[in-house]
Amino acid sequence: MTVQQRYRPSVDDLARVAVARRAGRIRSLVIAAVLIVVLAALAVVALILGDRVVAPGDVLSTLFGGGSGGDRFVILGLRVPRLLLGLMVGAAFGLAGAVFQSLLGNPLASPDIIGISQGASAAAVGAILLAGWSGLAVSFAAFGGAVLVAGLITVLAARHGVAGSRFVLIGIALAFLAQAAINFMLTRSDVRDAQSALVWLVGSLGTVTSEELTSTAVGLVVLVLALALVSPRLRMLQLGDEAATGLGVRVTPARLVITLIAVGLAAVATAAAGPVVFVAFVSAPIARRLLGGTGPALVVSALVGALVVTGSDLIAQHAVSGLQVPVGIVTGIVSAPVLLVLLARSNRSRGTA
Amino acid sequence: MTSHELRADGLALGYDGRRVVENLDAVIPDGRVTVIVGPNACGKSTLLRSFARLLRPDAGVVTLDGTDVHRYPSKQLATVLGLLPQQPIAPDGITVADLVGRGRFPRQGLFRQWTAEDSEAVAEALRSTDTVDLSDRRIDELSGGQRQRVWIAMALAQQTDILLLDEPTTFLDVTHQIEVLDLLHELNRERGTTVVMVLHDLNLAARYADHLVVMSAGKIVAEGRPADVISIDTVGAAFGLEAVIIDDPISHSPMVVPMGRFHHGL
Amino acid sequence: MLTFARPATRTLGFIALLVVVLLSAGASLLLGSRSIDVTSVLDAVFSRGTGSVEQMVVLDLRVPRTIIGLVAGAALGLAGALMQGLTRNPLADPGLLGVNAGASLAVVTAIAFFGVTAPSGYVWFAFGGAALAAALVYAVASGRTGPSPLSLTLAGAATTAVLTSFITLILLRDLDTLAQFRFWSVGSLVGRDVSTVATLAPFLVVGSVTALLLGRSLNSLALGDDVARGLGQRVGLTRIVAGAAIILLCGSATSLAGPLVFVGLVVPHIARRFVGADYRWILLWSMPLGAALLVIADTIGRLIAPPSELEAGILVALIGAPVLIALVRGNKAVTR
Repeated sequence: MTVQQRYRPSVDDLARVAVARRAGRIRSLVIAAVLIVVLAALAVVALILGDRVVAPGDVLSTLFGGGSGGDRFVILGLRVPRLLLGLMVGAAFGLAGAVFQSLLGNPLASPDIIGISQGASAAAVGAILLAGWSGLAVSFAAFGGAVLVAGLITVLAARHGVAGSRFVLIGIALAFLAQAAINFMLTRSDVRDAQSALVWLVGSLGTVTSEELTSTAVGLVVLVLALALVSPRLRMLQLGDEAATGLGVRVTPARLVITLIAVGLAAVATAAAGPVVFVAFVSAPIARRLLGGTGPALVVSALVGALVVTGSDLIAQHAVSGLQVPVGIVTGIVSAPVLLVLLARSNRSRGTA
Repeated sequence: MTSHELRADGLALGYDGRRVVENLDAVIPDGRVTVIVGPNACGKSTLLRSFARLLRPDAGVVTLDGTDVHRYPSKQLATVLGLLPQQPIAPDGITVADLVGRGRFPRQGLFRQWTAEDSEAVAEALRSTDTVDLSDRRIDELSGGQRQRVWIAMALAQQTDILLLDEPTTFLDVTHQIEVLDLLHELNRERGTTVVMVLHDLNLAARYADHLVVMSAGKIVAEGRPADVISIDTVGAAFGLEAVIIDDPISHSPMVVPMGRFHHGL
Repeated sequence: MLTFARPATRTLGFIALLVVVLLSAGASLLLGSRSIDVTSVLDAVFSRGTGSVEQMVVLDLRVPRTIIGLVAGAALGLAGALMQGLTRNPLADPGLLGVNAGASLAVVTAIAFFGVTAPSGYVWFAFGGAALAAALVYAVASGRTGPSPLSLTLAGAATTAVLTSFITLILLRDLDTLAQFRFWSVGSLVGRDVSTVATLAPFLVVGSVTALLLGRSLNSLALGDDVARGLGQRVGLTRIVAGAAIILLCGSATSLAGPLVFVGLVVPHIARRFVGADYRWILLWSMPLGAALLVIADTIGRLIAPPSELEAGILVALIGAPVLIALVRGNKAVTR
């Protein structure tokens, strides 16, 4: 037998490979489809409920151009923007969380706790309490804060390339420092101002301006496209820096670019809605649970994030009649048990050779 | 397989200011199995890693066909040079087919996603390593030997002419060690893949190597055919070991029988 | 670098350290937005003299905060050393690992929901909260080999985040709660009732003595659980006793001064620089070092921006975060 004949894969072999590859993909598609359906249902409910309950039929006609003036105002002016922002913010946080956790190889490594969120928060609180800013200006401050902290961590962690663990630990140090700064500012201001700052800190989808919506949408689209371009490299990096190098990935630039994209996503979302508590943290682990592991689970994480935010906002707005609660409070309460379970299991080994 | 020249000239390597390899020249013979051996901390893994482009030399250069490996476009280099790192990491829950499939990354890009050629390469790699039946199994469910074969399959799916392996047998029991080494031997003989590996077992190295490189304290002490290289003097100089050299009754390669304080045959 | 390797020099070094503590306490009494001369301080402390404004400042403001600083600092320094020995992790700190956040949440809950405003009451909540957080971290830290410094620190940061989010939730309920407790979170030594120290004294004494007696056990533990067992040590028991001491120390410190981060991280490293790797000495040195650190931080906070002040917690964070960063950058054992 010649070399070629000996190793020519049989039709059976090819079939097995095809089946094995398909299996994972089918599961992803099914899960994604289910999530989209649930999301759509929640979206419809979000448009129906409120001080003025609008019947589903009227909702649909308003969306397609008809409907009464009152309905149009409530649905197109208030509820649709809020819904859209919630979806975008949730997706962005979900993606940011998934990318960080994949890049750093640890399900606990979320932008929520490694300094990015805290940097954005410190900048925003400073803007609110010390400079008296509000609205879009605060968003810019938050964005700037996130990027600044990420830059600082990168510079401090760099040493023949950025080791993931160094990045995380330095980020945590800066997170605590930022928190101290936030606490300081909270004590130096009027109580009411401190309260509004706290509300921002928890994350809320309050009044949505069209500028906010547009800038968030643009940021998200750009970053998602960039992420799509580099996500194959992210999959290779999951195998470790050495194997990734062997497969042709230039590890240091790839890590840098991917980190920047993830920071950008977290920053855009935080600028729009504040650091909505724990969305970035729990979306990817839930996504991975649903998919059964393997791959960074980007699309599903985005969907889970959008679902968490949209669902929580529904509860936040309507659960207690007459009381509107910031969405972050609900996401915090809902995510905390998930996180505690994650924590308790986190000493199981990740990644075997 | 096309032929290539992989060489190191005047190489100096180190970590954080500590120099491990000094002024080293080496040429990897094309189409042969080269094994690098030596005592702990002699620089053998360091040398291999510099060939694999994992380490930047402090001085000197590693070239593939005349081009510095660090200047070679990385995806293109990955179509010629494949690597099995010492402790590879697999994300939880990844299946064999998925992992081996990642070996096709160097040949894919924005405008070239998964093709029939990729499926064939994966199937071929699985068939060669006898892991087709494991395609849909999860990596963490496999035994050490099976896992190592799967990682080799991934490197094979890259369809490179040269394969670098850093201690591929260190954490395996003896049956699996032989299994993996036989596979590599077969790859070399049947396909002409140039194999370069670091082994810590001198006798296995002598058995499987066409070209043996013995290192000690950052320098190459001897290189050549195992029969020529392995001698009482070389073993003594490199390992500081007193030994008797006999003929391996199975493979007829040189076999080192160490003397110690209690067993010295005198 | 000055080391105190021989027992005689170690003892001398310790005495020198106590002098440092005395000097810091003295500085704390003397310095501030209003500088007060030594005679007034001495008069106030020994209760002779005229009841002048200076003496009132000393007695009502500076003596309490100095005492609280000394006590809380010593407790946290000691707890930090214990944690680093217990987890074999150079980055362990009661604040970083969420134990103080747990105590803090419990206290806030006690006051907001159960109306327990007296320290003698909420101190029990503090112990409970510290215990829960410590149990969580313990669950993370146990297992065959134990987590890397990275995993443990991440787990601690995540725990702190979860617990702090609950605190934020409570603070958002009403303006009064927020008004009171934003000062809680910032780590201030001011406005605390110094009689709390007396209430907490038994817990602090038990915690400290227990901790100091664990030095030898920690030395064995440093070699790994298996080796320690081989040397005849009861590893599980050591962990439980050490855990209890940590809870007593951290619960007390947090009741006194709110959740402080980084004191327990920095102090053992300083101690190690001087006395080497013997935990019996590291533990002993951590107490005065912690006391001095916190009091000095508080004093500097007063001098930086008169007439207002920066709270001790902020200063300690400003010192501690760079130390953590330097440790991460410099120490290869920490990363991977």
